[in-house]
Amino acid sequence: MTTPVLPAFRHGWAGLRMILVMTVILGLAYPLAMTGFAWIAFPGKADGSLVSRDGSDVGSALIGQSFTGRPDYFQGRPSAAGDGYDPLASSASNLGPTSPVLLADVDQRRAAVARLDGTPATEVAPDAVTASGSGLDPDISPAYAAQQVDRVAAARHLDPAVVRRLVEENTDGRQLGFLGEPRVNVLMLNLALDGAGGR
Amino acid sequence: MSDTTAGLLQVGLLLAALALCYRPLGGYMARVFTSERDLRVEKVIYRLVGVDSKADQRWSAYAVSLLAFSFASVVLLYALLRLQEHLPLSIGMAGVDPALAFNTAASFVTNTNWQAYSGETAMGHLAQMGGLAVQNFVSGAVGIAVAVALIRGFTRSRTDRLGNFWVDLVRACFRILLPIAVVSTVVLIASGVVQNLSGGTDIATLAGGHQTITGGPVASQEVIKELGTNGGGFYNANSAHPFENPTPFTNLFEIFLLLLIPVSLTRTFGLMVGDRKQGYAVLGVMASIWAVLVVAVTTLEVRHPGVALQAAGGAMEGKETRFGEWASSLFAVSTTGTSTGAVDSFHSSYTGVGGGLLIFNMGLGEIAPGGVGTGLYGMLVLAILTVFVAGLMVGRTPEYLRKKITAREMKLVSLNILTMPLLVLIGTGIAMSFAAPRASMLNAGPHGLSEVLYAFVSASNNNGSAFAGLSANTDFYNIALGLCMLAGRFVPIVLVLALAGSLARQAEVPRTGGTLPTHGPLFAGMLGGVAVIVAGLTFFPVLALGPLAEGLA
Repeated sequence: MTTPVLPAFRHGWAGLRMILVMTVILGLAYPLAMTGFAWIAFPGKADGSLVSRDGSDVGSALIGQSFTGRPDYFQGRPSAAGDGYDPLASSASNLGPTSPVLLADVDQRRAAVARLDGTPATEVAPDAVTASGSGLDPDISPAYAAQQVDRVAAARHLDPAVVRRLVEENTDGRQLGFLGEPRVNVLMLNLALDGAGGR
Repeated sequence: MSDTTAGLLQVGLLLAALALCYRPLGGYMARVFTSERDLRVEKVIYRLVGVDSKADQRWSAYAVSLLAFSFASVVLLYALLRLQEHLPLSIGMAGVDPALAFNTAASFVTNTNWQAYSGETAMGHLAQMGGLAVQNFVSGAVGIAVAVALIRGFTRSRTDRLGNFWVDLVRACFRILLPIAVVSTVVLIASGVVQNLSGGTDIATLAGGHQTITGGPVASQEVIKELGTNGGGFYNANSAHPFENPTPFTNLFEIFLLLLIPVSLTRTFGLMVGDRKQGYAVLGVMASIWAVLVVAVTTLEVRHPGVALQAAGGAMEGKETRFGEWASSLFAVSTTGTSTGAVDSFHSSYTGVGGGLLIFNMGLGEIAPGGVGTGLYGMLVLAILTVFVAGLMVGRTPEYLRKKITAREMKLVSLNILTMPLLVLIGTGIAMSFAAPRASMLNAGPHGLSEVLYAFVSASNNNGSAFAGLSANTDFYNIALGLCMLAGRFVPIVLVLALAGSLARQAEVPRTGGTLPTHGPLFAGMLGGVAVIVAGLTFFPVLALGPLAEGLA
């Protein structure tokens, strides 16, 4: 640290070496060690909580899927991720609270959902007409699930009570009783439905 | 349980966890920055890098080291982003374009983490963990170092030495950030956050479609993104993405992480200046502003004014079902009050006035409780302004922590306070004056102005969150916002270090009966008032044209 000339250059050289050392420790050793730990201790969760049926993966329990055009399945929320539920394009709509575009979207979705489920338009749940933050929201509210029970039961020739019980089984309350919101995982519910017979 | 009870219990658990960590972590950090001893591994690092850990630096040398390190960081990150297609672990991602690579390098080195790219389609695993996550650590450590140097300015007298930047940087990284990050990563992985090196798995969905389940070292990056108050998401949807933030518990844990160090640093400050009440006073102001905003934003979201939100029957646009309005509002206020900028819900779809309050929260200079280090030094600068204002009222030379506040200190403080508003207002003005930047707005009318204003406030305050409707990946915004981030970060840092040097040179003045006590509610109230009035006067006109106009329409 005694070179009298070019102190800025000397600092810069030290800075470059420092960031290289940091990169090796914090950018390679740390994440790779954590990846190794995850691989050993939590293989399922660390790989994305994949769900399989008959030996092949059908999705992730954390990532919603599109069920548009399939009245025999519970429907998820509107999605702004690509063409809908595209994990390569996670996104919200970013439309503002007074946006005419959002207003038109909400009105159109409300009418469509009311028609599909045979519920009065005024009783459609808010999450049924709004796009989520990620566009991959795996959940719907218990209210939106309840609203779809009769439609799904009719499409599958199942007793609505059976479908209602499956909804209950796939409903998570607030964590610890007070964290977050109660919710129904749509993919897990639909998987359970496929296993329930009917049709 | 009613929504309100559950929401309040959620806030209560967060506060209890922070209170539990306040003393031990604050005390530990004070010991880290006052200890004379280097750990063996640290000695190896100093030898590899070629710096003398025992050298006590003048403020100017401290600043030059800091700037040189940051400059080297920008260059290395820029090169990594440009060249990623030729490097391993890049899962087929192309090199990043020059303007976007500059913007991203400036963004992560300045602790902003503004993202004009979408993580899942632009960044390979090497760029994420070897480039972006490294800056998440070191940019946070740089902020802590500057805060510690300013504290030394108060605690030392008749010296021109402020400590050693390299030592403060290395200790902040390896004694504070890394150990907490390792433990927290385990917590997140156990809660379902992904951590692998997969390039993506294609699956056939239940309804007969196709989906790519993405992979990556997400948990290790998520943790430091919150802990270092950075905010750059692994994915475009940031902490709204279920792979970054799968459950209500991880959501609260991430809020806890982003508040943990800024809050505990006030304890470190109190201990280092030898009067813990000084720390409580500063914390009290931070907590009060935070609490008022949490109440205001949550109330607005639950009541959801705004024609489109009313039509939907709830403010759930841009929010995840598992978080709802309460947990989303708590995250939003915490992320804009620190310099984090991570989001678990999309601020552009918040109620008009709710979104305006988030902009105002950043406009305060991010002091409630602020970024790691930056929040504390931002608040101390305002405290000096406050004793100056109080001194004018009673006609006495102002003092703070037994140091006289002279014309030189006040000049540095004033320049510091003016920097950010100048960047924001001039930047927004320029953007609104030209057709091309205006064309990037997604929403029309006042909300469009809010998008542009939010971008410049976010960049100049090194926050990084967005009213994400704005198409910001254009040459204009990449370069303009990149420059705002650099100036908004390093101009105040150099001024704060100069201030610290100036304070350290002074002799201590004895406390007398006429000294304004700076640890009581009276001073804390004044400090909060000064913070709100300065930001209010600066930003009220433009807030009136954007979010307020929308909220009152």
